[in-house]
Amino acid sequence: MSTVVESHDHGHHGPAKGLSRWLFTTNHKDIGTLYLWFSFIMLFIGGAMAMVIRAELFQPGLQIVQPEFFNQMTTNHGLIMVFGVIMPAFVGLANWMLPMQIGAPDMALPRLNNLSFWLLPMAFGILISTLFMPEGGPNFGWTFYAPLSTTYAPSTVNFFIFSVHIMGVSSILGSINIITTIFNMRAPGMTLMKMPLFVWSWLITAYLLIAVMPVLAGVVTMMLMDINFGTSFFNAAGGGDPVLFQHVFWFFGHPEVYIMILPAFGIVSHIIETFSRKPIFGYSSMVYAMASIAILSFVVWAHHMFTVGMPLAGELFFMYSTMLIAIPTGVKVFNWVATMFRGSITFETPMLFSIAFVALFTIGGFSGLMLAIVPADFQYHDTYFVVAHFHYVLVPGALFGIIAAAYYWLPKWTGNMYDETLGKLHFWLTFISVNVTFFPMHFVGLAGMPRRYPDYALQFADFNALISVGAFMFGLTQLLFLFIVIKTIRSGKQAKPEVWEGAGDLGLEWTLTSPPPYHSFTVQPQVK
Amino acid sequence: MEATKTLRNLIGIVVGMFAFGWLLVPMYDVFCEITGLNGKVTGPSSLSQESLAITEQRELLVQFMTHNNESMPWFFDSEKSQMRVITGNQYEATFVFHNTTAKEMVGQVIPSVSPGRGAEYFHKTECFCFERQVLAAGERIELPVRFIIDPALPEEIGSLSLGYTLFDITDRVQPEKEIAKL
Amino acid sequence: MAYIRKVFTGFILVLPLIFSSLISSESSDYNMPIGVTEVSESIFGLHMLIFWICVVIGVIVFSIMFWSLWKYRKSKGAVAADFDDNFWLEIGWTVAATLVLVWMAVPSTQVMVEAYDDAEGEINILITGHQWKWHYEYLEDEVGFFSNLSTSQEQIDGEVPKGEFYLREVDEPLVIPTNTRVRFLITGNDVIHSWWVPDFAVKQDAIPGFINTAWTNVPEPGIFRGACTELCGIKHAFMPVVVRAVEREEFDAFIAEKVALAEEERMLTSKVWTKDELMARGESFYATNCAACHQANGQGIPPVFPSLVGSQITMFDSNKHIEILMEGVQGSAMAAFGESYSEVDIASVITYTRQAWSNGEKGDGVIVTPQDIVAYKNRIDL
Repeated sequence: MSTVVESHDHGHHGPAKGLSRWLFTTNHKDIGTLYLWFSFIMLFIGGAMAMVIRAELFQPGLQIVQPEFFNQMTTNHGLIMVFGVIMPAFVGLANWMLPMQIGAPDMALPRLNNLSFWLLPMAFGILISTLFMPEGGPNFGWTFYAPLSTTYAPSTVNFFIFSVHIMGVSSILGSINIITTIFNMRAPGMTLMKMPLFVWSWLITAYLLIAVMPVLAGVVTMMLMDINFGTSFFNAAGGGDPVLFQHVFWFFGHPEVYIMILPAFGIVSHIIETFSRKPIFGYSSMVYAMASIAILSFVVWAHHMFTVGMPLAGELFFMYSTMLIAIPTGVKVFNWVATMFRGSITFETPMLFSIAFVALFTIGGFSGLMLAIVPADFQYHDTYFVVAHFHYVLVPGALFGIIAAAYYWLPKWTGNMYDETLGKLHFWLTFISVNVTFFPMHFVGLAGMPRRYPDYALQFADFNALISVGAFMFGLTQLLFLFIVIKTIRSGKQAKPEVWEGAGDLGLEWTLTSPPPYHSFTVQPQVK
Repeated sequence: MEATKTLRNLIGIVVGMFAFGWLLVPMYDVFCEITGLNGKVTGPSSLSQESLAITEQRELLVQFMTHNNESMPWFFDSEKSQMRVITGNQYEATFVFHNTTAKEMVGQVIPSVSPGRGAEYFHKTECFCFERQVLAAGERIELPVRFIIDPALPEEIGSLSLGYTLFDITDRVQPEKEIAKL
Repeated sequence: MAYIRKVFTGFILVLPLIFSSLISSESSDYNMPIGVTEVSESIFGLHMLIFWICVVIGVIVFSIMFWSLWKYRKSKGAVAADFDDNFWLEIGWTVAATLVLVWMAVPSTQVMVEAYDDAEGEINILITGHQWKWHYEYLEDEVGFFSNLSTSQEQIDGEVPKGEFYLREVDEPLVIPTNTRVRFLITGNDVIHSWWVPDFAVKQDAIPGFINTAWTNVPEPGIFRGACTELCGIKHAFMPVVVRAVEREEFDAFIAEKVALAEEERMLTSKVWTKDELMARGESFYATNCAACHQANGQGIPPVFPSLVGSQITMFDSNKHIEILMEGVQGSAMAAFGESYSEVDIASVITYTRQAWSNGEKGDGVIVTPQDIVAYKNRIDL
């Protein structure tokens, strides 16, 4: 730890000038900013792909794109949103906020931090470049089930595998950095059970990441060997098993799902206590709930594959373990509601997004519970009901968490207040369009429309048109968000150090000036 | 140094989990064998002592399914598509392989028993599964599968299906031959 | 702001109403189909039970939340209380949540056991998923056929109006008898597919090299439509499942016809054909099906109906020749014969036109056998 502090002592320097500031930066705030802008750009790229998908699905028949390109769009939309938007945005928030929340000058491993960011543009550059190759990019779904992704894949799958490897390395390095920072650089007096919930959520997330990203690296390496070196991990011809792929993938994939939601839990907890002017209800049960969600996430993976033909005992085991997850998740929702109860509540934009988070994430949780019921899942599996479910937990869940965090901390980062009226407008447009987009998906799914279909039967036409309209509205609305962010960076009412009324007591970040100094805490604060 | 220690532990976890990812492959095979997941069956096996002690017998239907994967051009079929058998007795089923093409080819058969949990009760005392079959152009062979259905087969399982999928592995064998030549 | 708040509250209050009215209607346009089998009915009942439990919990939690937001808003002068835990409350709701889950788990397990039944099937059907069509084989009778999407490309491209069963119709549906325990054995030929008929509540992955089982027992005759639900490549959306359930007598007649057809085919295609036999069969086929356009002397009526005498294709390019017969020629009167006529007919008429009118002497005179046509079909199916 001492080395880190020393390395920053020899110069009360500010940021370097020009491009080199960003290329060579080791500053946690600069890197956080890079992560956030990166994920913002990827949001628009992945979003544009979603627009292509929705334009094609606006009415039955093939109008705009052919199925081959459509499959590339669904695949890359999924990969980019998961690995290029939600995860980097959370890492960006962690970079900005963790040192400030635990009273540290910077992250523990600043050079590693720089590397783990700059790997990302490389990974996604490779991934997106495949779309322009003659054979086209990955077209086998973001879950890349073998043998569609091995024996039957376009040769660009090798680029895809390489890019997943790089993303994995980036995430692992980022997580190592976060855990090391949390364990070694907390302000004196900040015991584990006094850490802010966002720090807790990231500590748990980082452990999940270093546990499962290597498994993902393993599974894509096996694919690589099957494709190029004649092994038969997933090839039935050589004694392998395509179902093994799904088991290993979801052993990574299910914890990954929680990686994308846990940090949002932390963020929303902070925002609700701030705007309810009341400390979070059940702090320790919040921590235990997150920890038990993380642990349970390792024993529920096969609920993604109830139709592969598992024995009855296996199906029942994964059904029960999945249902168990509803308990800690329910506890969190109850705690948030109890925090609002008898508070003194105001409705600034971050709070609006957090309230919507609680309500809509809960709807996603309910559909998740329904999906856990194996016999019913035989009907839901791989239909739009599943699409509705995971978009409810990822868009009004994870993404709303990120947007709320941006509004909540933007005045701290820039020193300027955002435009509250525009912020509220952004919220309402987003809230309405997100529901118009994803709610009808429940109905088309139940009525029998399978997912990843470029064309569909006539009885799904009305809902699909509605969904597309909602999706375009949602996409356009995010341009307003971009405008608000840029406007806030350039100008705005000067923000006080505590920014939000009464926030001064809620966390160390609010004791720093807005914007905070280049090196957050040069003298570590004492936590009572 | 606290940080170095943390770092060392974390790198340990990463390496360990990477290894664990690969370990899942053999673990899965073991798991499948125990639970009959996927109807995966291994090579020849025989009745256990406990099963031999069961004197109660019953009749059930055993079906044979043959299937050529993808473009495998051979003729591959079982002589009988199904037979009624008594548990505990040995039976034989014959399978015909006929390379109808004008070149030498290598095939390999992968077995699967359905329902999956019945797999452990399907004892094949002799079978050709997982063995490479090299057939010259136009060659035709008949191979037997001798099997016993375990008397311990749960009552609810009313029939067992033995499926064989024939894969063309000529291309996969080719590089090995070239390596062998070197 | 007050106005917006009202709209918001209204929206939240109305949402579950709209949702529940849509979902409780019997129409399958909004909700899971009840289906026709006992299992599908049990699953529908289970689905609705879980749904209503979720709705009730949701209404309770959201009511408390929105009531708190309303009651304790700062603009009305609410002052924050200062409590941050309550041991018994937290224990209470954890226990309550657990009890609700047990309540859900019991019927789920019952339905699960009902759906998983490995008893012997009276009819056993091997279903194989291909890129991108289904193959059905009746194991008892050893007959089988492919089931392809029958919606035309013109409908998909929007050149002609879409039919009622757009993308849900096939050339040859699977036929099963009613009131019979039908067992499905499901496998894949290339990649993983998934065979789904919502009305039976049967959805099983079709995995290459492995066999999954499912079963159904349909009480009423009818046509039931389903889909492939595992991404299997470009035409994933274009390989529907259609099952026709018929009375036992009709089913037996259907099978008898299939068996007879298969027997005939087997005889013809497996037979070793001599050149003369093919020529004789080809000549009569030509007279019936080709001579109207290409004329009995093969000269045709150029330019609309090209001459077959001395053409490059009929003399030197037997592969192209097969392709034209099988696929037809786009934008011309030449139809595709592949789907409508047997391998034997196609092979014999090709052989005939390659030999007749001195094409044989001047060209390569290749004899095309039914086996060549089978091989061509297999190649195209890839």
